Amino acid sequence: MSKQQEREKKRKRQQIIRTAILAVLGIAIVYTIVANVTKDEDIVEVGDTAPDFELVDLEGNTHKLSDYRGEGVFLNFWGTWCGPCKKEMPHMEKYYNEFEDQGVNILAVNISESDLKVQSFANTYGLTFPIVIDKTNSVRDAYNVRPLPTTFLVGPDGKVKKIIETEMSEQEIKTYMESIMPS
Amino acid sequence: MSSIKCECGHLNPEGTDICQNCGRPLSTEEKSKKLADMRYDGAAIRSKTHQRTVVDKIWNFFSSVKIGVSIIIAILVAAAVGTILPQVFYIPGGGANEAQTAQYYEDNYGIFGQIYNALGLSDLYGSWWFMTLVGMLGISLVVVSLDRGIPLYKSLKNQRVDRHPSFLKRQRLYGEGQVDDPDAVMKKAAEKLKEQRYNIREKNGALLAEKGRWARWGPYVNHLGLIIFLFGVMLRALPGFYVDESMWIREGEILAVKGAPGLYLENKGFTFDVYTQENTDEVFSEAIDRVGTVASNYQTDVALYETPEGALPGSTNAELVKEYSIVVNKPLKHEGFHIFQMDFKLDELSAMTFALENKETGESLGELTVNLDDPQKDYDLGNGAKVELLDYYPDFDGFENGEPQTKTPVPNNPAFLFKMTTPETPEGETSFVAIRQTLEPLGENTHKLAFQKAETRDVSGLTIRKDKTIPVIVLGGTIFMIGLVQGSYFNHRRFWIRKSENGQVMVAGHTSKNWVALQRELDAVTEYAGLPAYTDQRDKEAQTDKPEGDSKS
Repeated sequence: MSKQQEREKKRKRQQIIRTAILAVLGIAIVYTIVANVTKDEDIVEVGDTAPDFELVDLEGNTHKLSDYRGEGVFLNFWGTWCGPCKKEMPHMEKYYNEFEDQGVNILAVNISESDLKVQSFANTYGLTFPIVIDKTNSVRDAYNVRPLPTTFLVGPDGKVKKIIETEMSEQEIKTYMESIMPS
Repeated sequence: MSSIKCECGHLNPEGTDICQNCGRPLSTEEKSKKLADMRYDGAAIRSKTHQRTVVDKIWNFFSSVKIGVSIIIAILVAAAVGTILPQVFYIPGGGANEAQTAQYYEDNYGIFGQIYNALGLSDLYGSWWFMTLVGMLGISLVVVSLDRGIPLYKSLKNQRVDRHPSFLKRQRLYGEGQVDDPDAVMKKAAEKLKEQRYNIREKNGALLAEKGRWARWGPYVNHLGLIIFLFGVMLRALPGFYVDESMWIREGEILAVKGAPGLYLENKGFTFDVYTQENTDEVFSEAIDRVGTVASNYQTDVALYETPEGALPGSTNAELVKEYSIVVNKPLKHEGFHIFQMDFKLDELSAMTFALENKETGESLGELTVNLDDPQKDYDLGNGAKVELLDYYPDFDGFENGEPQTKTPVPNNPAFLFKMTTPETPEGETSFVAIRQTLEPLGENTHKLAFQKAETRDVSGLTIRKDKTIPVIVLGGTIFMIGLVQGSYFNHRRFWIRKSENGQVMVAGHTSKNWVALQRELDAVTEYAGLPAYTDQRDKEAQTDKPEGDSKS
């Protein structure tokens, strides 16, 4: 091999090394910036697998999210004091009865209130879907729920399809339930 | 790649100032100088060797010391400007709400505040352009170090013992002259230099004495430390490395620790102590007179629980890890998490006691205590009297369509809907009881629930911190300091001595810094071995050249 060729080879190698170093540094910096700028965003995002949890409902039955795999879950975080929750709960009850047989479940997660308060709320509004109480806030933290109500639509594959951080109208609830119906 | 062929036949890369083999000057610029430019030992800085592709252009941009210094200045200026107005984490709301933050800067600092906030100066370390600048500094450090460090290393590693006379002549310390016995002079010189702890290499009647070469790596070690430091800071953005959260926890509550999945904390009691005239010595006495109370202790007694590996959020199988009393500056430590005492609220209502009384006679049928955290449905007072709690409103806020409303789940203003049953009134009487207010919605009652007493509890504000990047940052800082010491307090010193056939001896000396010490050593060698007298050629030339030595960051 001539000296010229050898030098050309060396230069090519140097090119590759330089490109690699700049690429690694560049990616690290871009990642850092993106991660920092979006730091305060939701922990759970659309497309993620919904974090599994297990909570006990008012009847004493344990509900584990992953047990609902294969069916849609309408996961609603709420509180008895929250006005919009009071408005949307009766609509949820109506469509729960309609969609329960078609593989769409409702899990209403109350944020650490007393059993009596939650029970009286359920009685007042005649709610029949399972209501679980997150006494330690651990599920709220796992989903990083901020405003109430917040609803996560979990598809039959266990993935989050949509996150709704506002009150939902009757029509919206129906559409959302249809969207997570197993095909 | 084009190259430069030296008279000695050695092929040097383009951009080389001094032949890497014999030491003859190569570039026209170098030839015009009286003294050799010993930075990087005349090796070609990598970026100077070719400029072809985009990658090369980017590489060359970052390899420039000028660019590096400009970036540092830009960072300094930005950081300085960032101190003019308070940063977002110091303003009310802490910058959680963008619109609110913008409003704050506009209201308080007018148009300047508006621009300040819009440019991201209000959250400097979180602004994308500041992070970009720091990132560019990181690239610059890496590129500059590789670009200069590698050629310098190669050049020093492969340096020849018998450099060309023209190389010696162009050193700052240089002397030549006739001696009687060149061989004996060189032998004695080598002896003396060895005594001065120089490494001696000899070849073809030439001698190279060298010591402290490692001092030349100082700037690169220093840069490495900086790069590790920046890497540590970067790690904070990765999940799991850095946690900074805060939470409120009431006495008696068990809550998940924010930012620490699987950990639960129980507040077993909050203590707020003050110094009083009785329990303190004179030191605080005056202060107590002046301000009334001086806090002596803020303490939260806690129990820490952890769920087994793989347990799901919401599961109740947590096991006790330890009990601890968190005091200011004495955080609870567990698995890298530090839980600090930060704040408190005293005397939140926790339980209320009522007596069931006959309104007319005032006769009491018994008492009941409602735990506001976990109210019960039925309270049996015995003797056929019982009270049923129909509903509970922790933060009663008036009625809406005849329905009592609660504003929040916090028991700030509790109200209760009771059903009282006694042997006299077996059908029951309904009473709505709020603070300083009793309503009888379903008609006149014969009984009432009279408020007896309230219990209170305190709320602790805790902060949860975890920082796994600290060891990396400490390592970076340590390496930085080592590099600084290495480059500043140690010098790379070299002497070249060679003889020619006609009994001439040439001597040249170079050091990265501290020329006085080098001269002192050379003086000793000259005296001992009888070397020809040398001169400091820089004195003679009165050269105001830039100082030698490798460029610093």
